[in-house]
Amino acid sequence: MSLKLSTRVVDGVSILDLSGRITLGEGSVQLRDTIRDLVSKGVKSILVNLGEVNYIDSSGIGELVSAFTSVKNQGGDLKLLNLNKKIYDLLQITKLYTVFDVKEDEATAIASFGK
Amino acid sequence: MESVGRVEAAAEQMARDVGVGEDEIFRITMAVHEATINAILHGNAYDPEKHIHVLLEHTGDSLIFKISDQGNGLRQEALPDPLAPENLLRGTGRGIFLIRSLMDEVNFRELEPGTEITLIKHLNPAKPAA
Repeated sequence: MSLKLSTRVVDGVSILDLSGRITLGEGSVQLRDTIRDLVSKGVKSILVNLGEVNYIDSSGIGELVSAFTSVKNQGGDLKLLNLNKKIYDLLQITKLYTVFDVKEDEATAIASFGK
Repeated sequence: MESVGRVEAAAEQMARDVGVGEDEIFRITMAVHEATINAILHGNAYDPEKHIHVLLEHTGDSLIFKISDQGNGLRQEALPDPLAPENLLRGTGRGIFLIRSLMDEVNFRELEPGTEITLIKHLNPAKPAA
């Protein structure tokens, strides 16, 4: 299953709803291009919803990190939403759980972005 | 990348056939996925003239996966530590670290040319002493 990606805006926060696999190749490129597009348009608050992502490899993790860095460098913030156990474990193993602000429900996540 | 999918599927099937649990199946298939991508992307540098070789083996006590490339070799000492503070926000460099974290044993052998990585998952790990 490849990656399906859609975007919506709630209270000024751009939410990326991802579904499928974020792996080297098509999936990670899609994510990179979407983040790049949002950043180029001046979007400062991005919430990446991983609730329907069933697989992510090291390239996918790398793209999440790169996205986080690029948004931060533009004075914005990128947070993660709805990690399943597998992705949670991978972020713990790689110590990236301490880097990302991870949220468990959308309303709380949206409210947490600086106004 | 189609090759990666085939190798991953074969590893998953072998793990299922021996009755490995879902969590371990995920760990095995992810490690095999990473090792296969490394062989194609870093080992063979995407050269279509070069091949990877994959061997899947069930010894009874362990599942063994050997993936080899025909590249220029791997300098393990040059691999960055992805957990080091200066590397934590890098976009790359976590593949081998994840393989080591997900499998019970990981060994490298230089083939000249190329590198072979052996991934081992023990099926009946020894229980700790009481």
